[in-house]
Amino acid sequence: MDIKVTVRQAHGDCYVVDLSGEIDVYTSPKVKEAIGELIDRGVYHLVINLEKVRYIDSTGLGVLIGGLKRVREHGGSVNLVCTNPQIKKIFDITGLVKIFGMFESEDAAMKALV
Amino acid sequence: MNQAAERVVPELVELRVPCRPEWVALARLAAATVANRLNITLEEIEDVKLAVAEACTAVIQHSGHGAFIELTCEALSDALRVRVHDSGRHGTPAGDGGPAMSFDEARVAGLGIFLIRTLMDEVSYDVHPQLGTDLLMIKRLAPTP
Repeated sequence: MDIKVTVRQAHGDCYVVDLSGEIDVYTSPKVKEAIGELIDRGVYHLVINLEKVRYIDSTGLGVLIGGLKRVREHGGSVNLVCTNPQIKKIFDITGLVKIFGMFESEDAAMKALV
Repeated sequence: MNQAAERVVPELVELRVPCRPEWVALARLAAATVANRLNITLEEIEDVKLAVAEACTAVIQHSGHGAFIELTCEALSDALRVRVHDSGRHGTPAGDGGPAMSFDEARVAGLGIFLIRTLMDEVSYDVHPQLGTDLLMIKRLAPTP
């Protein structure tokens, strides 16, 4: 079990964080570190691609919420790309679907960044 | 592979793992494997996995290193019954945000217990003053037509 985190610049000051694997209490610190480093560098517009994430728990959600909270302090935003029904279900039942921008494709998530 | 038709119930699986994050994946996999023995959908198996992981995470957040997480999964004819025992905590239900947690950690822990209560059909605590706390979770099976 592991998580792979890849960060790439999309355009301008917008970055994409690709996550692949499982996000839980063991792996979420790695995700938190990657997102935290970007925000520390002044990147406040993020697309986090969860298409290859097979599993996420509350610690993973906590990392995403923490990232969103930080970028919003700077007028930024976090959009998520999520196509896995099980992952979407977790966002639905926790109500986080109303807090994050959630999109079916990276293009749509990128276009919706403010 | 779901071999529910060949299952012999009840079956009981016990697992004792160190109370550390790297062992949570094994605990949820064990629970999923037992759930897979029952007449249960893949979505419900995912629910069980997440609930067990949240329960284990709560134990880790409350107990110090050196403790153990004890998981018991029982495949019954009409339900999956899961017990997560926290020997390091006495009298405080999981996910309530104990005094050692930061505000953000407590909020995430609250999310965890919310998920457990949402995904499982029955959730209860059994608090032993000396022995620790058991979190009991039940996932009922759909009636066979």
